[in-house]
Amino acid sequence: MKIVVCIKQVPDTKGGVQFNPDGTLNRAAMLAIMNPDDKAGLEAALRLKDQYGAEVTVVTMGLPKAADVLREALAMGADKAILVTDRVLGGADTWATSQTIAAAIRNLDYDLIITGRQAIDGDTAQVGPQISEHLHIPVISYAQDIKIDGDYVIVQRQFEDRYHVLKAKMPCLITALSELNEPRYMTPGGIWEACDAEITTWGRADLKDLDDANIGLKGSPTKIAKASDKVRKGAGEKVALDPDEAVAYLMGKFDEKHII
Amino acid sequence: MDFALDKKHEMVRTLYRDFAENEVKPLAQEVDETEEFPKATVEKMAKYGFLGIPVPKEYGGQGCDPLAYVMCVEELAKVCGTTAVIVSAHTSLCIDPILTYGTEEQKQKYVPKLASGEWLGAFGLTEPGAGTDAQGQQTKAVLDGDEWVLNGSKCFITNGKQANVYIIIAVTGIIEKRGRKQKEISAFIVEKGTPGFTFGTKEKKMGIRGSSTYELIFTDCRIPKDNLLGQKGKGFNIAMHTLDGGRIGIAAQALGLAEGALERTIAYVKERKQFGRAIGQFQNTQFQLADMATKVEAAKNLVYKAAMAKATQKVYSVEAAMAKLYAAEVAMEVTTKAVQLHGGYGYIREYDVERMMRDAKITEIYEGTSEVQRMVISGSLLR
Repeated sequence: MKIVVCIKQVPDTKGGVQFNPDGTLNRAAMLAIMNPDDKAGLEAALRLKDQYGAEVTVVTMGLPKAADVLREALAMGADKAILVTDRVLGGADTWATSQTIAAAIRNLDYDLIITGRQAIDGDTAQVGPQISEHLHIPVISYAQDIKIDGDYVIVQRQFEDRYHVLKAKMPCLITALSELNEPRYMTPGGIWEACDAEITTWGRADLKDLDDANIGLKGSPTKIAKASDKVRKGAGEKVALDPDEAVAYLMGKFDEKHII
Repeated sequence: MDFALDKKHEMVRTLYRDFAENEVKPLAQEVDETEEFPKATVEKMAKYGFLGIPVPKEYGGQGCDPLAYVMCVEELAKVCGTTAVIVSAHTSLCIDPILTYGTEEQKQKYVPKLASGEWLGAFGLTEPGAGTDAQGQQTKAVLDGDEWVLNGSKCFITNGKQANVYIIIAVTGIIEKRGRKQKEISAFIVEKGTPGFTFGTKEKKMGIRGSSTYELIFTDCRIPKDNLLGQKGKGFNIAMHTLDGGRIGIAAQALGLAEGALERTIAYVKERKQFGRAIGQFQNTQFQLADMATKVEAAKNLVYKAAMAKATQKVYSVEAAMAKLYAAEVAMEVTTKAVQLHGGYGYIREYDVERMMRDAKITEIYEGTSEVQRMVISGSLLR
């Protein structure tokens, strides 16, 4: 079985979010990590490898620095790594990104593609399903459990108050939730090998069946009007009143704010 | 000359730090309180290769360098001194001498199981009457047919009851050197479960309380002739060379304890308010922190330099002695200041610095006291 896992290097929001003057993320000023949902997807692939035997290829698109997450994936146990990087691919929204990654995956043999549900920087949850559309294969999103049955995958898809059990014939694409599993650590020896390993790098010229109108900033229909960090709420107002006065006070406030 | 870490070492640091934060730190206080060996943690470390970091791949290890190993001990010690010394004693004092002095058969038999963590290792040199004076050994090994017969005891042995394989130093005869009679000392590999090999009492310690420290007792303990490690009569050299490596591990443990205490103190002085201000705003606190951080950095440079020396040099006794001497004394000083800056809370067990100060003390004592390190260093100066 051949599994392709799409991973993304995202800013580590634990250290705070930093912006450039134009409103885009200042990625250089923030520590970078493997997106948590993607890491769960990688762990799911590695468990399938442990259980059934598989070749796991990790793919990412980004700046040359994004090779760091590929090395981390190799140190966890992935077999091959592919970095898709080219200036003309920069500034891509989910449409252009999914077009580009789908084109990269067309260069590979695969039975299963696993992506994270969504990245913690954009939070769109669009890239995985879009890739499946471009490749004309089924998608099962929000996977909380994955099993293989012959040529089929059986997946528990998380729903609000329940889960659905879905069966799909491979090749197909699954989007993983970080709750899917507890990702393994790297190993010291794995790190040594990962740093010596060759990472295949593909530019625009290596990607087939891809229209230039669908790549990079120019090929991105999404326009970001404004981006900002979450605004912290104030401490609020504390009042000590007896119940009758408190009700009257609250009703006054609701009225003032046009809530009622 | 480049002080920056390369990609490999940056990545292993991230790995050790994540592991220490998630798997070791939450248990550190409990391990200290209960004095119980953290078996589950050791099993997890085994799973991720932490028990064979500098061991070549052909012997089932991770194939990394001594610096990658030392950084592991350092990061573990930042959160738990006990866990750090378990790895250090196992790797430096048991695997390393077998790799350095063992026959191919001995390496094949013992190293893969030790490096994978299936077996744990220990080292027995110290005796009730022979600590710093290693020549004062009383434990004897006598060849009887195809077996060595061991009699005697070893004390203060780290990983004591938990280990499966022990490097034991014993007297194998009397020789004459330059007209003076001297003990002939040899090294042996002894497996747990060998008849005649038993354990004495468990030591109750000031610090590193979860590490299993026991007396080993040998009563007509018969081991195969082939379990002699290295040449007969070379045991003293083997022990001293092994301790050179071990001292780098303990230096890393001391460094980690100092770094851990400094990190916690920086966080504390930002929060703790007295006279209407965070105590970190007082110049006394600031200057203390500056001194602590500078000494920690100097210790780190000595420890890393010693680790690099082990990778590239045949002899690194002085580098190891300087690293251990300085890092251990810095650990004691920094953890003591950390407790002082925490005030009354620093004396309470709920705060990590209380444990760290107790853990730090042993780094000035075991695997060669600070006085022994000074002897090694000055001996090289006045040769």
